[in-house]
Order: sequence, then structure tokens, then C-alpha cells
Amino acid sequence: MTTTHAAEAPPPDGLQEHFDATIAHDQRIEPRDWMPEGYRKTLIRQIAQHAHSEIIGMQPEGEWITRAPSLRRKAILFAKVQDEAGHGLYLYSAAETLGADRDDLNQRLIEGRQKYSSIFNYPTLSFADVGVIGWFVDGAAICNQVPLCRSSYGPYARAMVRICKEESFHQRQGYELLMTMMRGTGAQREMVQDAVNRWWWPSLMMFGPPDDASPNSAQSMAWKIKRHSNDELRRRFVDMTVPQAEKLGVTLPDPELRWNEETGHHDFGTPDWDELMRVIKGDGPCNEQRIQRRRSAHEEGAWVREAATAHAAKRAARTEKGAAA
Amino acid sequence: MGDDALVLSQRLGEWAGHAPVLEEEVALANIALDLLGQARVLLSLAGDEDELAFLREERAFRNVQLVEQPNGDFACTIARQLYFSTFQELLFRQLAAGDSEFAPLAAKAVKEVTYHRDHAEHWTLRLGDGTEESHRRMQHGIDSLWRFTGELFEPVEGCPVDWAELQRGWLTSITSVLERATLTVPDGPRQDAWTAGGGRQGIHTEPFGRMLAEMQHLHRSHPGATW
Repeated sequence: MTTTHAAEAPPPDGLQEHFDATIAHDQRIEPRDWMPEGYRKTLIRQIAQHAHSEIIGMQPEGEWITRAPSLRRKAILFAKVQDEAGHGLYLYSAAETLGADRDDLNQRLIEGRQKYSSIFNYPTLSFADVGVIGWFVDGAAICNQVPLCRSSYGPYARAMVRICKEESFHQRQGYELLMTMMRGTGAQREMVQDAVNRWWWPSLMMFGPPDDASPNSAQSMAWKIKRHSNDELRRRFVDMTVPQAEKLGVTLPDPELRWNEETGHHDFGTPDWDELMRVIKGDGPCNEQRIQRRRSAHEEGAWVREAATAHAAKRAARTEKGAAA
Repeated sequence: MGDDALVLSQRLGEWAGHAPVLEEEVALANIALDLLGQARVLLSLAGDEDELAFLREERAFRNVQLVEQPNGDFACTIARQLYFSTFQELLFRQLAAGDSEFAPLAAKAVKEVTYHRDHAEHWTLRLGDGTEESHRRMQHGIDSLWRFTGELFEPVEGCPVDWAELQRGWLTSITSVLERATLTVPDGPRQDAWTAGGGRQGIHTEPFGRMLAEMQHLHRSHPGATW
């Protein structure tokens, strides 16, 4: 990003000042406003990764649609996966207002040149995982995303308002599934605890590396793209989740987790940052499978997209001919 | 009827994350969700929805064989969808106009299936009248599923519908769409091909058992559990 800045010609008089003032007054930047190239690029990267996360995130839960153990749960899962595709669409639209192209972003995703949330590289091994994803993963997403409703870029902030409403609904449904399972048989309770054990640390890693190792954070916060640091959001998530776990009757797999009277927050152990780095670099349990699935859907669907384009062109030609006659 | 909707919804669920464009992820999930909703209402009229969905064996399912056919490529899925949603729309329109116990339910479902039929028609046009490859694939989908369509018009007991009228309307509608899509209506109605079926008597095709095994496995592994 710094090289881009160095190469960038200084903006015409007053534009930078106007941009800075807009940010300082907590007003919104809109697509037609002048913005620094760095701001534009950072936003494209962040919004695209967010969109990709929604799309890849359909896979771990989609795994269980055909196996959901009741028709009600099947309907809930269908609706959720449908919402995620919808969120992906909003977010790609928001990225397009910055001059990005959806096909290009998709290409970057399947070539591994753009990332998506590390969490979706973990497998869903039982139906309890579906509930835990709702509770932890959507919960963590909400902690991350609610502040983004005040993000300085208008289209992104507005997309987040819609997305957050739906996410919090999904989170409640996930928690309710776990509640139902915990009131059920011993085998069901074991499934829930096992899923909690497997997803807890990966969920904490969703907030990204610790603040002292997060290179883009400072600039993003100065631009008010981001509102809180990774560690702040992580702590907020832990504080929110611990009482929910107690109410549910599960233990969180962290021996260092305890309430700290002085700080008014929970102390907790350190996630395995090496594991996070490996997963982000493509070496997690399901990275290859997730990208492969996306790539094959894209490649196998090519003839369908070509047909739609060819058909649209034929129709347009016929309309033109009709108008000329 | 509930089984038809349930089984087709299950097949559409297999598309999640595999659709050719993002918009189709939304559309297919949306259709599947509508069908699942219809199935739940209809199965609940007959008993406990989950018991009926998860604890019946293959031979006890009464769905037509068309809806249990594997997804195949996108064109096969669209052909199956076109055949079935055109049938469902005409069926529900007749039921909605009547005064049977199904009338209110059918009136609600008509809105949904009109959308499903419209979606399938649009794709039939795009694929049929798109590229050479899409035309070939769409024709293949239309041809290979044709023999399962006769069964749609076997009268169902307790379902007050003019089945002959339904079949005429269906054939007219399908013929018109296929012609506009530059596709050929398969040979028929030849008696032998046209009336392939047996689903309403619990006689199914081979892929159905495997589909049920996947659908029922978790529920059956935890007898009596609530989810």
C-alpha cells in the first residue's frame, strides 16, 4: 500500500482536505466522492473478502441441509444459506461502487489471491456444529460487523445494517438449536460439547491477529473503516459468550478463562497464532476443499452463464430488428 | 403431494454451494424452501411431519418418480423443474377454484409455484435458445425426463381434479415453452413411454433409496431425540 501512496499524484486542491473533514466529522464517503487510492483499495479488499466469506461460508453449513434431522431445522438451514448468498450479493454490489468488478473478484477468490474468513476452513463434523456456527461464528461476525454499520464508506455501512439484522437472527437460531440439544439425550449433549471444543479457538481467531501484529489496522481505524481493534473486539466477544455458555451448560475449552474483577473483563488464554497463520496462508483443514468446490461450481457453470449471455444478445438483436422494421 | 414437494426440495438442497451463478443459489434455495413449506403443511395434515419424513421406508413414499430423479446438470434440473412446476401450478389453480379442504392451501401455494414455473421457463428459454452447447444439454434434459411425466396425471384419490384437463393444459403449456426455446417436444404421448411410473404406489427408481438414506440417517441414529 505504501508504494501506491508514493506513486500517487497529489490530489487537486481541496479534495484531500474535504475528504479528511468528512471523516473527521463522522460523515459518509459516497461512491462519487473523491477518495485516496489507498482508502479505495483497502475498502475493496475488505469488502471483497467479506463477500467471499459469505459465499465460502455457505459450504460448511450447506453440508447439513440434506441431512438435517427435522424438517423445521432443514427449513432454517435453507433460509440461512439463502441469506448468506444474498449477503454476498449485497457486498459484491458495494465493492462494485468502488470500481471493482464482481467477476474479477470471484476470479481472485478461486485463484487464492484474495482471502475469506479463516473460520470457514474448519469442517462441520456433526449437526451440533451447525448450531455452534450460528452461536460462535455469527456471534463473532456480529461483534465485528455492528461497528461497521458506522463505517465511513456509505454503501458498506448500509449493507452492514441489513446484514447485521439477519445475522443476529441466525445467531439466536443457532443458540436455540444448541439449547434444544442440551435438553435432549446424552448423545446430543456430547455432540454439543464436542462442537464447542472444536470451534472455540478458531472463532477467537476470526478477529484476526493480535493488535501488535496487525499491519493494516492503524490506517483502517484512522480512516474509520474499522472502528475497534482486533483485540478489543475479541475481548468483547468473550465477555458476551461466557455467560451464554454457562446458561447452555457447556464448558469453553480454555483453562485460563476467568473473570477479572479489576478490568471488568474476562481473562483468557492465547489462541494458537501459528495455526491462524497457516490457515490464512491456505494450509488449514479445508482450504483446498473449499476453493476447489468454488472453482468447480464456477467452471461447471460456465456454459450456463455463456448461454444466458448469448440469449440476452439474441433477444436484444431481435428487439432492435423489431424496432427498425 | 406432500411427498412430491418434500423429495424435490431435498434434491434442490443438493445444489447448495454448487449453482452456476450466485443468483441461482438464492433462487434454488428459495424454491426448495417454498416446497419444503408445502410439504410440511401437507404432511402435518396426515400425521407428524418428522415421523412421516424420516421414519418411512422407500416403499411407503408416494411421490412421483420425476421429483426423485438425480439433479444431473443444470439443464436436467431445469427440465425437471419446468415439468413439475407447470404441473403444480395447474393443479393448484384447479384446487384453489374448487371447494375441497385443499382450496385455501392451494390458493396460497399458487403464488409460489407461479414463480417457480416462471423461473423454470426463463431458464428453459435461455438454455434452449442460448449457445449450441446449452441447446444440446437442454434438449437432453427435456428428453431424458420425458418418460417420467405421464405419471403426473394419474388420478390421486381424494384429490378432486379433472386430470384429463390438467394433462391437456400441461401439454399445451410445455409445448409452447419448448417451441419458443427452439427445442423439440419429445415423441409422445406414446403409451409405453408416457406412462412410466409407479411412485404413487410406492414403486421408485434406484437413486431414491440412496437419497432417503442420506436424508434420514441422522434422525434415525437418535431415536426419540428432539431437534
